[in-house]
Amino acid sequence: MLLKDFLDKKIFAVLNEGKDLDRELTKVFCCDLLSIAMSKAPSGSVWITVMGNVNAIAVSVLAEIGCIILAEDANLDETAFAKAKEQGVTVLKSSSPIFDTGLIAHNLLNG
Amino acid sequence: MTDAIKLKYIVSPDDFTRAGEASSDVKGKLKKMGIEPEIVRKVAIAMYEGEINMVIHANGGTIDVEITPSEITMVLADTGPGIKDIEQAMQEGFSTAPDNVRSLGFGAGMGLPNMKKYSDEMDIQTQIGVGTTVTMKVYIK
Ligand SMILES: Nc1ncnc2c1ncn2[C@@H]1O[C@H](COP(=O)(O)OP(=O)(O)O)[C@@H](O)[C@H]1O
Ligand SMILES: [Mg+2]
Repeated sequence: MLLKDFLDKKIFAVLNEGKDLDRELTKVFCCDLLSIAMSKAPSGSVWITVMGNVNAIAVSVLAEIGCIILAEDANLDETAFAKAKEQGVTVLKSSSPIFDTGLIAHNLLNG
Repeated sequence: MTDAIKLKYIVSPDDFTRAGEASSDVKGKLKKMGIEPEIVRKVAIAMYEGEINMVIHANGGTIDVEITPSEITMVLADTGPGIKDIEQAMQEGFSTAPDNVRSLGFGAGMGLPNMKKYSDEMDIQTQIGVGTTVTMKVYIK
């Protein structure tokens, strides 16, 4: 599924709409440890985390993550928001826990 | 070897907001040069972990990158506290990172192991109270 089609489903609140909305989303990946996320998250993945800081944005750029969904109503702090804008990273938000958010995203991708 | 590209970055101490800038910049440049995505990814991961370590453990430092047609060399030098026991530091899960760093999602003790895994050659020179220099090479096949 393309990122823009994923956004069109309007399931998750959009904190920042990034660049490259025509990119293909590959799968869902869940983890809060940045070293693990960076080395294991597949390129184009939908990354579910509660880490709404600037380093999470840096990791998603380096690992070419498709988009971030912040679970548990986690916030994107101000610096992270500015970085997401600058780097064109799409960041969404969910009030559900990580697993539930991942499951919803998974079903969207595969449904 | 005539067309080697040399880049230099300064990594500021304790500035998590800027950590990742050097690795992102190198990643962008390698991509523009048409280097294979898998190689770009290896460089980006290895360098970001090294950059973060300099911010967390060593009061910042410098990174020199050299790109030749056959390999990418990264030299990360700091004047931090040095590493007491390299073998222990290389173990997955070993970390001396403080709690405030852990709450940012770092300090999992995966940095050095990742750097080793994603580089084709890695060398650590360190001296207590003097500093640490990590040299990593990624081959361009
Ligand atoms: N540049 C450095 N200067 C001093 N100590 C370092 C440096 N890099 C790594 N270390 C030491 O090695 C340990 C393991 O590093 P690493 O595997 O990256 O894990 P982490 O950064 O999560 O603690 C660190 O906790 C620290 O004690
Ligand atoms: Mg580290």
